[in-house]
Amino acid sequence: MAKGVWIVAEHRDGALRNVSFEIASVARKLADELGEEVCAVLVGSGVEGLAPELGKYGVDKTYVADDAMFADYTTDAYSEAVAKVVKENDASILLLASSVQGKDLSSRLVGKLATGMASDCTDVKIADGKLLAIRPMYAGKCFGEIVIESYPQMASLRPKVFPIVENAKAGAVVKFDAGIAADALKTKVLETQKDSSGKVDLTEADIIVSGGRGMKGADEYKVIEELADLLGAAVGASRAAVDAGWRPQSDQVGQTGKVVSPNLYIACGISGAIQHLAGMSSSKYIVAINKDSEAPIFTKADYGVVDDLFKIVPEVTAAAKKIL
Amino acid sequence: MNIVACIKQVPDTEALIKVKADGSGIDEGGIKWVMNPYDEYGVEEALKLKEANGGEVTVVSLGPARIMETIRTALAMGADKGVHVTIDEADAYNTAAALAAAIKEINPDVVFCGQRAIDDDSGQVGSALAELLGMPQITIITGFEVADGKVKAVKPIEGAQLVIESSMPCVVTAQKGLNEPRYASLPGIMKAKRKPVDVKDVAALGISVEPKAKIVRMTPPPERAPGKIIEGDDPAAKAAELVKLLREEAKVI
Repeated sequence: MAKGVWIVAEHRDGALRNVSFEIASVARKLADELGEEVCAVLVGSGVEGLAPELGKYGVDKTYVADDAMFADYTTDAYSEAVAKVVKENDASILLLASSVQGKDLSSRLVGKLATGMASDCTDVKIADGKLLAIRPMYAGKCFGEIVIESYPQMASLRPKVFPIVENAKAGAVVKFDAGIAADALKTKVLETQKDSSGKVDLTEADIIVSGGRGMKGADEYKVIEELADLLGAAVGASRAAVDAGWRPQSDQVGQTGKVVSPNLYIACGISGAIQHLAGMSSSKYIVAINKDSEAPIFTKADYGVVDDLFKIVPEVTAAAKKIL
Repeated sequence: MNIVACIKQVPDTEALIKVKADGSGIDEGGIKWVMNPYDEYGVEEALKLKEANGGEVTVVSLGPARIMETIRTALAMGADKGVHVTIDEADAYNTAAALAAAIKEINPDVVFCGQRAIDDDSGQVGSALAELLGMPQITIITGFEVADGKVKAVKPIEGAQLVIESSMPCVVTAQKGLNEPRYASLPGIMKAKRKPVDVKDVAALGISVEPKAKIVRMTPPPERAPGKIIEGDDPAAKAAELVKLLREEAKVI
């Protein structure tokens, strides 16, 4: 019978990514309810030394495939390795992060393992001994409760939604050979162009200061950038601002942009169209600054200021400077 | 070149979505149906590839009778023919399996999909389809070219972008930024009416309709507790109050 809660650990530049600890923490909680083990799969080159760190967040055993062919993430190599070990061990539940890499890998595994998956979940629990996954659908206009009728029961978890919980377990390392012939791989990474701005990515930011149509122009983002710099925040934008050419596509938050879950989301001059709310309503705290007291963003905001953003935002920066 | 673009019909982004009282699904009354925006980028890229290399673009879609309108839209944009696999509902795996069965017969060089559909927001079909076709994949791309019999694509990741090469045939999934989809022209719309659409029943493809991922219930989104509006006339005082709340109550700065 299928057993064990499994995760795929994600790493970059020689370190485990925070999402790995988030999913490990969730897996531990589910495994304790089921009275089962948490197993992690770690695929990479020179990554064996990272395995014990997963033990800190509740992983009992980490299956490591360490080989030069895994130096770059490629769908074909990684999915083959994960599928092999998960199948051999008849995993009951398999969790990944709904990060860029996790989205690619998890959906390939749906095909490879011929199973079902709940994507980009904001909550997961055990009901009647099975995984019950809860996820936004239709851009968050409704939520679905999903049960997976096949094994492994897969879910990908929205980054930054689930808390990281320390819970030390053995973190034992089990090495495995993925048995992949290097010439079987059909894709390769030719180039990695790092974002030279050194700014934190929207999906990884703890704080986001975002501007919309009310910004009125590209140069006016200066007031937002000043506040963002002070708070160590990333700058986001609504679709209206991106379509107007004020900000690059990569800054767009929303249904056709990025989905973010920071601790604090400050929406400036954003009315809160449904397609924007889809991208940010799982933020922990939302601040709305908007002239229009009827703007829908206020229905989502924990704190609202009805006023001109160009009057308020510089004052927020000034007030924050005093205490930070 | 033999090119496939997979498309899905979805509710318009502005559509109000109401959950049926029994939680079994959404109320489809009054919904305006459109082509999934990410699939439009896929169709556009497919047409550009055909224009550069010659060949044929086939659009493949899965769904009930109403999706024929969306297939015609893709034909009006310039696709050559359509395949309509009739099914009422399918989860991601079954969708991928049905598409794979239909696409295998076409024997394509490149398959374009949208990176996800904006209705169920699952983002699984392109990759699962690639696996079931035995093809490599490059997902969520903002740049695409074919050179020397290989596909080269640009894929943004957190804080960087990758240039990835794949052998052909392959599956790629389109992200916003890949291109600007064209509108259907009036002559295009007229021509589309005479283009062939092959209608296949999902059962004839030998595909199960039993979902592996089953939606047991749908609910309206959870309400957020009403927030605090910071009142007053003095911007500086309101800003100071906001900063104090963020520091002391929310503890987020």
